[in-house]
Amino acid sequence: MSKNTKGVIPGFGISFGISVSILSLIVIIPLCSLIVFSSQLSISDFWEIVTRPRVIASYKVSLVTSFTASVINAVMGLIMAWVLVRYKFPGKRILDGMIELPFALPTAVAGISLAHLTVSEGPVGALFAKFGIDIAYTNIGITVAMVFIGIPFVVRSIQPVLEQVENEYEEAAFIMGAGRFETFYRVVLPEIRPALIAGFTMAFARCLGEYGSVVFIAGNKPYETEIAPLMIMGELQEFDYPAATSVALTMLVMAFVILFINAVFQSRASAIISGIR
Amino acid sequence: MNREDPKIVKAVLIGITTVFLTVMLVLPLIYVIYTALRPGLETFIAAVTDKYALHSIYLTLIVTLMAVAVNIVFGLYTAWALTKFSFRGKKFLSTLIDLPLTVSPIIAGLIFVLTFGRQSFLYPYLNEWGIKIIFAVPGIVLATVFVTFPFISREIIPVLNAQGKDEEEAAALMGAGAFQIFRQITFPHIKWAFMYGVVLCSARAMGEFGAVSVLSGHLRGKTNTMPLYIEILYQGYDFTGAFAVSSILVVMAILILIARNLLEHRSKNKFLK
Repeated sequence: MSKNTKGVIPGFGISFGISVSILSLIVIIPLCSLIVFSSQLSISDFWEIVTRPRVIASYKVSLVTSFTASVINAVMGLIMAWVLVRYKFPGKRILDGMIELPFALPTAVAGISLAHLTVSEGPVGALFAKFGIDIAYTNIGITVAMVFIGIPFVVRSIQPVLEQVENEYEEAAFIMGAGRFETFYRVVLPEIRPALIAGFTMAFARCLGEYGSVVFIAGNKPYETEIAPLMIMGELQEFDYPAATSVALTMLVMAFVILFINAVFQSRASAIISGIR
Repeated sequence: MNREDPKIVKAVLIGITTVFLTVMLVLPLIYVIYTALRPGLETFIAAVTDKYALHSIYLTLIVTLMAVAVNIVFGLYTAWALTKFSFRGKKFLSTLIDLPLTVSPIIAGLIFVLTFGRQSFLYPYLNEWGIKIIFAVPGIVLATVFVTFPFISREIIPVLNAQGKDEEEAAALMGAGAFQIFRQITFPHIKWAFMYGVVLCSARAMGEFGAVSVLSGHLRGKTNTMPLYIEILYQGYDFTGAFAVSSILVVMAILILIARNLLEHRSKNKFLK
């Protein structure tokens, strides 16, 4: 690296040095130890652990509930973003300000509150129990907790794009005789689709790894309502580090696949924002 | 030009939004406060002034302060390095900074257990020097720093990138030192973004549960932060106690949301990330 690319601004050495040292301590060394530790596992042991029926069942529970919750969040997020961008009504600022609540509220607090509300003696649970629907300690409960934590992702992903969509196109489509639904479907939706998918995948990845808000409402019954992060936690409590690491590695791979898909759509979403500007 | 949606569509969509947010967000929040206060104020005060409760509040404050302090130092220096200079591996560095966002909190806990735990090659040395990291407070702090790692730098970097580096270059040519440039030129630009990052970081640090839960070892009165203490109470069927301690965190969450909205208004930063 030649000296002149650093320019005249002082402080490169110290700022680079401090960043890299803290980064090493917090991220690089721990991740390396994960890699070192997993390289000591034999492939057959790894495969035996990650294909145990109970582990497979936990992946299934995690994937199905995360996916369902993210679909619900995608639909609700689209409606909420639309309402918050396009309409003016009293109380709008309060609704808008509330969206980030799942980030601000500790997950354990959300978890016990949702669980306590939805057990069959709880105020909401009793209501559903009349129709024979149990929420707490079932996959429905896990999905509810995941919907809670996923709310901000889709809304905040679509909002900026929706604000940038030019009205002229919609007006033109309208004048040319397109119906309201057709205008939305053909003109608005293609513009916001990348942001919608990006928000969906971010929520999906977050739900897959979520622990705090889910454990209290899940019931944690093996094969039925046990999520993958809880499997890792269980193995850790028995000090079975190889098993915990194997399950963690498969989950990391899932998360990276999801985030790779996200990165592809994210770059398209930002291309649309800058294209409109 | 009648581009407005018909009144009925508008009313239905606003209705759906309001009902959904009320049921999903407001109801759980109010329920915490309601359950905490239902048995009476005295029970509530007894629960939150319990010896273990006070200790968990104290530990949460310490952990949050330390995590925020590390992230402030890291966030400012990293933002400076990444936006004022070009060097090889810059993209890689910023990818690594964002990485903790994509890792499950349980896995975050796991990697620290693998790094400092009994089977690690570091363990004999740590043991010899009498340093306890996992199942102790340092581990909790490390895990909290990990999960909040990108929060401050990610807020500052876009602002600095947008601002460019002409002003700093001019100041440097006129002979200003690094610290003087930062204090007089850079910081005023990033003031609101920085505070916004600190708010986000404190919120997450205060409430982190999964990663901290892996590393705490659950020693009552020693390594329990508030979320962990809430879990213990809840699992011991002390619902009143659990909700009483939770209500403190609920109030904090509401304050954080208000601060967030005020700061967003100031910085006109519409983006969450």
